[in-house]
Amino acid sequence: MSITEPDQQSRRDRMAVLARAEGRQLRELWSGLGIDPAFEMVRGPETGLATVRGRISGDGAPFNFGDVTVTRASVRLQDGAIGHAYRLGRDQGAARLCAVIDALSRDAATAATIASQVVEPLRETLAARDRQRQAETAATKVDFFTLVRGED
Amino acid sequence: MYVAVKGGEAAIDNAHRLLADRRRGNREVADLGLDQIMEQLSLAVDRVMSEGALYDRELAALAIKQARGDLIEAIFLARAYRTTLPRFGYTQPVDTGRMQVERRISACFKDLPGGQLLGPTFDYTHRLLDPALAGDAAPETPEVREPDTAPMMRVSDFLGQEGLLEPAPDAADKPVPDDIARNPMSYPMDRDARLQALARGDEGFLLSMGYSTQRGYARSHPFAGEIRIGEVELEIAVPELEFAAPLGRIQVTECQMVNQFQGSAKAPPQFTRGYGLVFGQAERKAMAMALVDRALRATELGEDLTAPAQDEEFVIAHSDNVQATGFVEHLKLPHYVDFQSELNLVRRMRAEAEVRDETRQEAAE
Repeated sequence: MSITEPDQQSRRDRMAVLARAEGRQLRELWSGLGIDPAFEMVRGPETGLATVRGRISGDGAPFNFGDVTVTRASVRLQDGAIGHAYRLGRDQGAARLCAVIDALSRDAATAATIASQVVEPLRETLAARDRQRQAETAATKVDFFTLVRGED
Repeated sequence: MYVAVKGGEAAIDNAHRLLADRRRGNREVADLGLDQIMEQLSLAVDRVMSEGALYDRELAALAIKQARGDLIEAIFLARAYRTTLPRFGYTQPVDTGRMQVERRISACFKDLPGGQLLGPTFDYTHRLLDPALAGDAAPETPEVREPDTAPMMRVSDFLGQEGLLEPAPDAADKPVPDDIARNPMSYPMDRDARLQALARGDEGFLLSMGYSTQRGYARSHPFAGEIRIGEVELEIAVPELEFAAPLGRIQVTECQMVNQFQGSAKAPPQFTRGYGLVFGQAERKAMAMALVDRALRATELGEDLTAPAQDEEFVIAHSDNVQATGFVEHLKLPHYVDFQSELNLVRRMRAEAEVRDETRQEAAE
């Protein structure tokens, strides 16, 4: 079974939100859902390193410039659905939870519940933080003005 | 004859116990939390992450606490921790063009699209100590303003359009970069390997090397084309997913240095470039890195090699403060046998010299 294009896009989008979500809010929203599925670990959770690449001059050939801690987990639910998760940092409980959420989201009905009750609130928190930071940065924008020249 | 000696276990144990006590300091003063270090000493955290070549704010804060604020010791701890973890692979190259910008300035163009965004900078402060900070005075909340949503073009993009700036090295020429963390360094290096070494290099050393180029030792007439600080997305390609797995965001500082032009019989003159990219908010380091990157391109650009900052092996081999501190500080370890043999040698040489003197005197008489 291969997943279709829009499914992939929404899965990637969900994983991006889950990866960035703060662990505490993630756990709170998850408990609010009241789901407790049985699952087994296929891999991890384990913490390791990813080497971050940049590009010379921003858009040129790649170079390695340092490592970042990453935690990953893969789970299998009783119905056989597999879920994966990757997150920066070392929060293994959060990575496992994200993998369970990913596996549950293979089911369309559960995916919709998870989207509205977990992913969207997390996305809104992250977006609010971005908006606040952008607005704070914008207030430090320099407005240049030209001094009157003494010509007359 | 080799003589093994043992001793000092009790002294070492007690010294470490004393270190733990002194690190904690007066117990009547509150213990320092990692969250306090992360939030209030964030630039120290950034430095440990960048020179430790390990992006993890909490680990860097722990290292700073354990090292009693000795940042080179903390960097050493971060590097050592790094070696204990498995490697999952390489991220896709970060796109600094899509950065969530917290600061962005250009010293070349006043009116660049997106504007000059100062962000949280020490620039234009008067460098006067603020006695209010000794207390717990709450700062004002930041001012806000409707942000400009237009994409923030890189300065290099619009200079490049006119052909006034040399293009960045083509990814097609070397799609997979060297990795000095996995393979030993050898000279001469490619620019990608050099940049990896510079990214973890000691800020003070790179600052001095960069400064030396400004003072005339391999002058390159630099302009800060653009400096930007902010968050970039990370993704990693993994076999179990059909798309690159999103990992989250990290904060980086990027410096695009624009340097004096070059031309030849075949190519019209154009500006050359130096590049700096560093974990966290680390503008001084990113600028120094860009200056040194440019100086180290001397051979590639056909410049005369006249200055220390152009000497690749000298600069790269001495830029790593963990290696440097290891070799300098190992002088403290017992060298009793080495020294004993040196002592014997100098005694013998002096005795021989005395005999020679006596013989010469006798001959003169």
